[in-house]
Amino acid sequence: MAKMTLEELRKLRESKRQTMDMRSPDNKTADIIVSMGTSGIAAGAKDTLKAFVEELEAQGLTNVAVRQVGGMGLEHAEPTVEVRVPDMPRVIYGTVDPKVARTIVHRHIMGKELVNEHIFDRPAADIVEDGKRGE
Amino acid sequence: MAYNQYILVCGGTACMSSKADDIYSNILDELDRVGAKQDVQVVKTGCFGFCEKGPIVKVLPDEAFYVEVKPEDAKELVAEHVVKGRPVQRLLYHDEDSKENAKIDDISFYQKQVRVVLRNCGFIDPENIEEYIARDGYAALEKVLTEMSGDDVIAELEKSGLRGRGGAGFPTHKKWLFTKQVEDEQKYVVCNADEGDPGAYMDRSVLEGDPHNVLEAMAIAGYTVGATQGYIYIRAEYPLAIRRLQKAIEDATELGLLGTNILGTDFSFGIEIRLGAGAFVCGEETALLASIEGERGMPRPRPPFPAVKGLWDKPTVINNVETWANIPVIITRGGDWFSKIGNGPSKGTKVFALTGKIRNSGLVEVPMGTPLRDIVYNIGGGIPDGKAFKAVQTGGPSGGVITADYIDVPIDFEHLQELGSIMGSGGMIVMDEDDCMLDVAKFYLEFTVEESCGKCAPCRVGGRKLHTILDDISKGKGKPEHLDQIAEIGLAMQRASLCGLGQTAPNPVLSVIRYFREEIEAHITEQHCPAGVCKDLVQYFILPDKCIGCTLCARRCPVNVISGERKQVHEIDQSGCIKCGECFEACKFGAVVRR
Repeated sequence: MAKMTLEELRKLRESKRQTMDMRSPDNKTADIIVSMGTSGIAAGAKDTLKAFVEELEAQGLTNVAVRQVGGMGLEHAEPTVEVRVPDMPRVIYGTVDPKVARTIVHRHIMGKELVNEHIFDRPAADIVEDGKRGE
Repeated sequence: MAYNQYILVCGGTACMSSKADDIYSNILDELDRVGAKQDVQVVKTGCFGFCEKGPIVKVLPDEAFYVEVKPEDAKELVAEHVVKGRPVQRLLYHDEDSKENAKIDDISFYQKQVRVVLRNCGFIDPENIEEYIARDGYAALEKVLTEMSGDDVIAELEKSGLRGRGGAGFPTHKKWLFTKQVEDEQKYVVCNADEGDPGAYMDRSVLEGDPHNVLEAMAIAGYTVGATQGYIYIRAEYPLAIRRLQKAIEDATELGLLGTNILGTDFSFGIEIRLGAGAFVCGEETALLASIEGERGMPRPRPPFPAVKGLWDKPTVINNVETWANIPVIITRGGDWFSKIGNGPSKGTKVFALTGKIRNSGLVEVPMGTPLRDIVYNIGGGIPDGKAFKAVQTGGPSGGVITADYIDVPIDFEHLQELGSIMGSGGMIVMDEDDCMLDVAKFYLEFTVEESCGKCAPCRVGGRKLHTILDDISKGKGKPEHLDQIAEIGLAMQRASLCGLGQTAPNPVLSVIRYFREEIEAHITEQHCPAGVCKDLVQYFILPDKCIGCTLCARRCPVNVISGERKQVHEIDQSGCIKCGECFEACKFGAVVRR
């Protein structure tokens, strides 16, 4: 992409914001968001990410996006993963090893139910989205 | 089949011990009874924190947060909340401080954390600039370039009350103003990412999770003070952070958010990365600047301060990563918004790296003024294994301890200083009854002795001398006059050292003597370590009347000094014992004792 002007930056922000709000970039119906900071990776987040990708492929689930983000701060429960499926609450799973990752694909993504023992609380409200709501 | 409601029952160890299992099965039974089992899923979760008010039950998507739930409450929860859709008011969490009523759709009512610095960490892909832009990224830079003068930016920062997060808490707007006021054609902006306190990693997390945040802030500073070049000084031990920063700089430059004529204006600003080799002293600003210049990382006397005469003797704004991360949101949301968070003259939030003897270790961002109790017990989930809380160490090698007596004191710049500790970069190490405070003080002194650059004598000689004294005390060679000597040397170091490293190096030991004098004196007068940590002062014995001769300790002993036949009383040969404590941990009958 070339250098932007102010106008182009605003346009990009607006269009990108809409796609992020829909939570379905490229027509994906679910997101698996793996926390990939140093502590997550040290706890095995790369294996977890790989397990998700492989299991989704094995099950023929092409409509699920696997994305990476930085650390969520839940170091005691790394690797952490957020799962967003339409019409289900957004939840954060902790201590997600490859085995748990496969369970999440089967139970949460395919079976539409939450997975026992691995859900952790979101640490704080999102001030960026809250700010929007308040305005 | 899809559920439309989810009941989450906390399955952390603390909640389980207060019958969370029964709550779980009772809710299941009740759902079955009312025929709602197909619509509501009951889930056991990992620890939610808040163990003090456990067991915790949360209902989604309503976000109802129930505390101190008992197994017999299951019936009411199901009958009222699930069947009739009315939350059970008496079990909902109510914030005692603000008397705020629990609003069901607002999860922040029970959340002790407010994430300003970490607002994007865990939300965006750090390697995707568009995701940052979508969450108001570069909106602050846009606003500054189109609507604000440099003076406006400084006025906004003054209104916000933002103070440096690197440790000392100097007002950020003043730093920027000093640099702005100096007439010079070349000025610099520097980001101090030389995070070195043991246990602190909030800067790394920001750079790995939200690198553009820092770049945007530095560009804003460049515009404000009239600088065109920025440097990020980051330690080479953070390869992932460096990689993501590098990518962020490239992407921002490509889109014209950094580089020449940013967003088509006549403002130009570039950022380069400089790697540090891991010397702790290079976190001190003048040593850091020397290191960027290619010199040996040694501090120089201040004044002149870097704001006036910094990098290559040019006026330089230097701030810590966490300080930078606050800037864009202050510009977009306004200084007034920011100043409403916090306590007294300490505005905004602070990120702490919570480690040590704590259930939920991790990064915690709370408003300034949050009491330690909330951090340890509500967010951190308390001390594991039923041990007693002893103290928290803040500020790393420059800070001190906060004891159980002060657990309700608000954590902010002023209160920490009163307690003889400092905010520092935000490391927070929790200690329990098994930690020896002398050992803790010795650990930090070892660190500062190792990291002293050696330029000035008070730090070089004083630190070494203090360490020798502590080492003697820990080996039972302490003398009563040692405590006075420590105070005297400590004072000399505080007064006469050249930089912050030496000036604050005695803080951990002075703080420990202030709050745990008896424990230190026990080492000196009784040659006794109450926590049983100082190896030279403890001995392990086997109680003959309790030992059943199971041989477990003898098999575990790494140096084979435990003797005894099967089903006979065992004995430890003290002359060869290395006091590793393996036998003490291994014995299932309490026959091994430590004295």
